[in-house]
Amino acid sequence: MKRPNLTLWLTASLVYTFLYIPLVIVVVYSFNDSRLNAEWVGFTLDWYYKLFRNEEMLLAARNSLIIAVSASLLATILGTMAGLAIHRFRLRFLPVLAFTPVAMPEILLGVSLLLFFLQVLNLTLGMISIIIAHTTFCIGFVAIIVRARLQGMDESIFEAARDLGATPWQTFRLITLPLIMPAVVAGALMSFTLSIDDFVITFFTKGVGEPILPIQIYTMIKIAVTPEVNAISTLFMLLTLVLIIIANRLDSGMLQGEKKS
Amino acid sequence: MALLELRDVTRRFGDFTAVDAVTLSIEAGEFFTLLGPSGCGKTTLLRMIAGFDVPDSGQILLDGQDIAGTPPEKRPIHTVFQSYALFPHMTVADNIAFPLKMSGKMPDEIKESVKKALEEVQLSRFSQRFPHELSGGQKQRVAFARGLINRPRLLLMDEPLGALDAKLREDMQRELIHLQKEVGITFIFVTHSQDEALALSQRIAVMNQGQIEQIGDPSVIYGSPANRFIADFIGKINLMEAHVTQISGQNMTLEIDKLGTTTLPFKPGIKTGDQGVVAIRPEQVGVHALASQAELTHAYTGKVLDFLYVGDVTTYIVELDCGIRMEALLANSSPGRARFFEVNDPVVVSWLPEAAHFLMD
Ligand SMILES: Nc1ncnc2c1ncn2[C@@H]1O[C@H](COP(=O)(O)OP(=O)(O)O)[C@@H](O)[C@H]1O
Ligand SMILES: [Mg+2]
Repeated sequence: MKRPNLTLWLTASLVYTFLYIPLVIVVVYSFNDSRLNAEWVGFTLDWYYKLFRNEEMLLAARNSLIIAVSASLLATILGTMAGLAIHRFRLRFLPVLAFTPVAMPEILLGVSLLLFFLQVLNLTLGMISIIIAHTTFCIGFVAIIVRARLQGMDESIFEAARDLGATPWQTFRLITLPLIMPAVVAGALMSFTLSIDDFVITFFTKGVGEPILPIQIYTMIKIAVTPEVNAISTLFMLLTLVLIIIANRLDSGMLQGEKKS
Repeated sequence: MALLELRDVTRRFGDFTAVDAVTLSIEAGEFFTLLGPSGCGKTTLLRMIAGFDVPDSGQILLDGQDIAGTPPEKRPIHTVFQSYALFPHMTVADNIAFPLKMSGKMPDEIKESVKKALEEVQLSRFSQRFPHELSGGQKQRVAFARGLINRPRLLLMDEPLGALDAKLREDMQRELIHLQKEVGITFIFVTHSQDEALALSQRIAVMNQGQIEQIGDPSVIYGSPANRFIADFIGKINLMEAHVTQISGQNMTLEIDKLGTTTLPFKPGIKTGDQGVVAIRPEQVGVHALASQAELTHAYTGKVLDFLYVGDVTTYIVELDCGIRMEALLANSSPGRARFFEVNDPVVVSWLPEAAHFLMD
């Protein structure tokens, strides 16, 4: 590998510092034995205890988890199907349809979904509307990852399966699905992280009922930045980090497999 | 009844006709080769036989039954793909077992068959490896084993040796002939390499621009090419522009441009005035020292322009006095061969009348 030069090193360090200092501060203060985010007093787990006794916050976390799991499950199924269809049928409009929500500004998507739910579907806003909204913008991500995986593969593998006696369904179950599995799982994890921390679209489609985690945190901050917020943020970060690491592993693993075969 | 019969099979892509009214029939147990330049429609034809593509018109019959509506998995036909198309997430053993599993065989029976198949292709040691851990030749053998394990009626092979290096290709060719004799399954082999086609096949169909130009055994295809394209495509050949001046009984008289008249045995369908080429293989052309002219028929004087010595044979390029250049291939093994000709040596070139063919344009 080439040795990066000094300027590059400096720039990179600066960028990473700016990126990570705030995060590090949040994590550190979540263990600080003081109500104020000002000086280090001593180590404590109090804020985490408090957090786990905060009914409202626990409810919000539960809701967010339900939404993220449902939305990522739905988005993974639909996005995988979309990715397969885009790859198979090579129609111009299909990719555009699936990928647009990825590129569209969230606020636009939020507004249009809100209008759609209220005026077209006559839906009462709540968990269901949030799940549908999150599924909508996650489908594109899953489809992109799955299609990228398919594009790198030798088409004749699927024909060989049919040729050797597998029905279309057997071909999908025994050949296609195992081969795109890393992409499917990566897509699911990505959908989960996108869904669980989404603020804008959630804000537009949540209605007045259930507390949702990112919005709950924002509401708390409006009152006062307590170390409790630091604690929940730290947990949040940890979860996201774990998922990103897993997704990354799968992704690089699948790239390696590609190179070998 | 023929095992496989194609009747006027045609496939168009837009206004381009990739396969044009192909009619042929293949007998059970044959080693049949489709030979033609790249892009002539071989793969398209094979894909229709396998069931991945549908003819726009015409019929494909297996044992006399039209198989138009039969999906690939229901056809007793297997394909060996040029890319091998091994399943990358399965071991060698699982790859080979796949067709057996699909046809619902019992696990014990599958295990036994796979073991035997692995032995046949000398891959027993590699049964638990994944495809990416194999060499090209090994992948190739897995692909053959997988294609043959279910004993299909027909094995299709699309340029299966194209990706191998020359030495390995020759070994695989020998193995293929051996394999086909052993299993007795009908092979349809696709290649753009004339050497490979001549070496392997019992019968060859030469394709060009979607059409079949000639079908015959290798010696017919090589020895009596039906037209100029085939003559030019298969092996080396001397081609001289000519036209028919007279037909009399068993013979016809031709005027070869610049060279003069020559008489060849008459072939049906040829009329006076027809344009074409006289074709002679280099190994049918003799080169002699100037003194021996007297006893030779069809003898023309000229001088050696160049030669290529490759050990067993030497190819001479001779320019005749009239300006025509001819290639002659002389074996270096003949006992009486006293000397080689050198560049600029005056020589006499000759051939037997029956070695020359008139091919219409
Ligand atoms: N799906 C397709 N769409 C359009 N043209 C095709 C398609 N498949 C093959 N062709 C064209 O048909 C011709 C024959 O192709 P192919 O059968 O692959 O030739 P070969 O195998 O003899 O090299 C080529 O000119 C190719 O471009
Ligand atoms: Mg081809």
